[in-house]
Amino acid sequence: MKLLSRKTTCNSHGQDSSYFLGWQEYEKNAYDEVLNPTGIIQMGLAENQLSFDLLESWLAKNPEAVGFKRDGESIFREMALFQDYHGLPIFKNALAEFMAEIRGNKVRFDPNKLVLTAGATSANETLMFCLAEPGEAFLLPTPYYPGFDRDLKWRTGVEIVPIQCSSSNSFQITESALEKAYRLAQKRKLKVKGVLITNPSNPLGTTMNLIELNLLISFVAAKGIHLISDEIYSGTVFNSPGFISITEALMDRNLHGSEVSNRVHIVYSLSKDLGLPGFRVGAIYSNNDTVVAAATKMSSFGLVSSQTQYLLSAMLSDKNFTSNYATENQKRLKKRHDMLVSGLQEAGIGCLKSNAGLFCWVDMRHLLSSKTFGAEKELWKKMLYQVGLNISPGSSCHCTEPGWFRVCFANMSEETLNHSMQRIKDFVDSTTDVVSRRHRLVVRNSRRRSSHDRDSER
Amino acid sequence: MVINSLLSVFISHCIDSNYYSNSLRLVIFRSEMVFTLSDQHHLLSKIATNDGHGENSPYFDGWKAYDSDPFHATKNSNGVIQMGLAENQLCFNFVQEWIKRNPKASICTVDGVTQFKDIAIFQDYHGLPEFRNAVANFMGRVRGGRVTFDPDRIVMSGGATGAHESITFCLADPGEAFLVPTPYYPGFDRDLRWRTGVQLLPVVCESSNNFKITEAALEAAYEKAQEAKIKVKGLLITNPSNPLGTILDRETLRSIVNFINQKNIHLVCDEIYAATVFTQPKFISISEIIEEDIECNRNLIHIVYSLSKDMGFPGFRVGIIYSYNNAVVNCCRKMSSFGLVSTQTQHLIASMLSDQEFVESFIAESAKRLAMRHRIFTRGLSQVDISCLKSNAGLFVWMDLRRLLKDSTVKAEMALWRMIIKDVKLNVSPGSSFHCSEPGWFRVCFANMDDDTMEVALRRIQTFVLKGKEADLEVKRQRWRNDILRLSLKPLRYDEMTMTPRSMMSPHSPIPHSPLVRART
Repeated sequence: MKLLSRKTTCNSHGQDSSYFLGWQEYEKNAYDEVLNPTGIIQMGLAENQLSFDLLESWLAKNPEAVGFKRDGESIFREMALFQDYHGLPIFKNALAEFMAEIRGNKVRFDPNKLVLTAGATSANETLMFCLAEPGEAFLLPTPYYPGFDRDLKWRTGVEIVPIQCSSSNSFQITESALEKAYRLAQKRKLKVKGVLITNPSNPLGTTMNLIELNLLISFVAAKGIHLISDEIYSGTVFNSPGFISITEALMDRNLHGSEVSNRVHIVYSLSKDLGLPGFRVGAIYSNNDTVVAAATKMSSFGLVSSQTQYLLSAMLSDKNFTSNYATENQKRLKKRHDMLVSGLQEAGIGCLKSNAGLFCWVDMRHLLSSKTFGAEKELWKKMLYQVGLNISPGSSCHCTEPGWFRVCFANMSEETLNHSMQRIKDFVDSTTDVVSRRHRLVVRNSRRRSSHDRDSER
Repeated sequence: MVINSLLSVFISHCIDSNYYSNSLRLVIFRSEMVFTLSDQHHLLSKIATNDGHGENSPYFDGWKAYDSDPFHATKNSNGVIQMGLAENQLCFNFVQEWIKRNPKASICTVDGVTQFKDIAIFQDYHGLPEFRNAVANFMGRVRGGRVTFDPDRIVMSGGATGAHESITFCLADPGEAFLVPTPYYPGFDRDLRWRTGVQLLPVVCESSNNFKITEAALEAAYEKAQEAKIKVKGLLITNPSNPLGTILDRETLRSIVNFINQKNIHLVCDEIYAATVFTQPKFISISEIIEEDIECNRNLIHIVYSLSKDMGFPGFRVGIIYSYNNAVVNCCRKMSSFGLVSTQTQHLIASMLSDQEFVESFIAESAKRLAMRHRIFTRGLSQVDISCLKSNAGLFVWMDLRRLLKDSTVKAEMALWRMIIKDVKLNVSPGSSFHCSEPGWFRVCFANMDDDTMEVALRRIQTFVLKGKEADLEVKRQRWRNDILRLSLKPLRYDEMTMTPRSMMSPHSPIPHSPLVRART
């Protein structure tokens, strides 16, 4: 008799993907400025390491809040016992306000509609369990975060059907792409239960405009299906155009409180905006009471540690801190982004114009030996083993066009980033291909032009 | 459709009478809710709309009664005392002292903040090495150092709740089943079945032999599954037992190992109460049994652990899966992404549990305090002739109230339970919610309150029992009066027959007359 479940032997956990293989190679030979200067630089991890000093100084200024004390009395016992899956009220209130603040207070969130989960990983899986049966499907625009293959599909049995987006229009979602995906699902005899978008996008680093958001709202309204908006990068928007949340788009169309708004759910987390992935703080926000009730019960399988809820409720309740943090963090992200973009341009490599996220969507199509995913894999291996950079190949993000790579810029020091740019430049210089040299010239010239039209669309 | 037409009549009435208020809007809103609720069943998954979460069980009803009227020594002394929550609150002062002495254990203090960044960005699902080492060390110490645990087999989960679900996902496919000895923790119905689609089949245990798990019971349960064409993938045992508070002896553990090996099914041992063993006999873990001279396929052996009961930290969500099967370790580790332990907490626990002196003294002190609580509580119960299953572990007793039942039915048990909540104002857990095969047993928790509250709880129970005896007596008296009237006996005899409650109590009882009792006489 087969000893283990099908889940142990299938590949739906997605970890055989190159996205994760690169990480493994990095683990074996991690770069260190002093101890291992020829090691692999990790540029495949979307972490925000730029603003820890701000967090640390807040901690130093608030010893009572973080010392398990209230009015001088220890609250350790109260904290250690707190396991209510409704979550700590002061924490949920603070989180709801923090989310509103990120959206410029143009929208408000009701803490009672917030469900706490162990990271966005758990939030996304929980929503699948709530909204779809095994064998049903969600539509996702490509390229998308590789982790979705595990989070949405593995234990839930739900399928993902891609909404193919292309570089020809900067990977924006079109009506025809949506309809094509829907028809593809029907052809595969998969019942579509909803659409999941990531806004700001991972891996593109772009925010959606109102046209796209309206398109999505109309689409899900017409089809009677759900819309999940994963907004975990909402606080990383460092440049115009600003961030428009799905909630704002609904309000804009007077659909707040309507039937379709009952089918719109937001996923959030503090892993990217505050740079605290280790603390496992995720959330689901839904206007649908049944979803909130079911997700709340399911959160038992992955509650947020009460110790962490207590700490963060104090931190997020400090409005001075949160507004200063947001401004400073975005400034630093922009600086890093600009460093990466110009460094790549020096090497004749362009990026998709972006205004958010912890990474750039880098165009290396001209460096491919052929317009194939085989060639992309070759290039990825060269980058990993020869150049010593772990970057994420577009195929791992289900991109339909070979040659795009996601490169992270916020998880290392400035020196390391500069060093990685130098390595890329050296690698490209060593390429004797005439075509690529000509391309470099074109890209360098375009940099001089683009500084004049910052406000152009994408 | 009926609601629709009634509603439209109501609306037209309101409009006709020029009456338009918030209440009307509310009615319309509510009706929309009613209509969309049935739509939810198409819009949402079956899992989201079924009862698989198990919260309609009476186990949770009592909690609701407590939530709406919680006892407080000064602010609400007539409130419901929570005795349905298996928490360990006896050693917090001990832990707090340690925390004061070890500021580095918190990444937020001046001493610890230098580690803040590294801890906050660490999201490797292997967990902090020092965390795994410390937990492995603690698990070994709890078992008296008789076995050691490999830190590389320690896998995190969102509490034992998350651990059970993950390991079930790993070991069984939807429709397959796990055998579980009754009575068992009600949460298993949710944790093992809800999202996994796996079934739970009872191994019926009886009071006649102190709920021992017998070979016959195991075989019977297995046979029944075979007949129903349900594939059994494993057996889940909780040792020490919730709700019994007993530990499994060596003979039973060995026969269980033989059973699962013979059937080639998994054995999941929930040992989350391992450190709550407060008196002899000593706890024997499955990890010890497999080291003995016994034929056992280690790929079938898995342990679920947590710090929620032993240390009293349910809020920290520290669940552990420990498997002897490498494929299961790997799979559960990947699944732990859905419920990793906050690194802030991993760091604290790593510091605490690698302090050998603290660990040894905590284990000893906790056992001592649990033993004392257990002794006081069971003695208090025996004073009113309430017996409990003899136990030496856990945070509760398995109380025998069978003789207080009107008849030996679940209905009578539920009636008694409702009376206990409503009149005695105690939330205890009825045996039927634990799938006990015999009505009349109740799980009563004693470690989640201070000494004074426990005294109040005891007094309430004693009063209730005595009142019950008084009531019984009154019934007897009434019958006797009827008999007298019928038989025309002298009234003097009636006076002689009258007994006061005090005379029914043991001369050694310190319990004064309850005002309730006094009122009757």
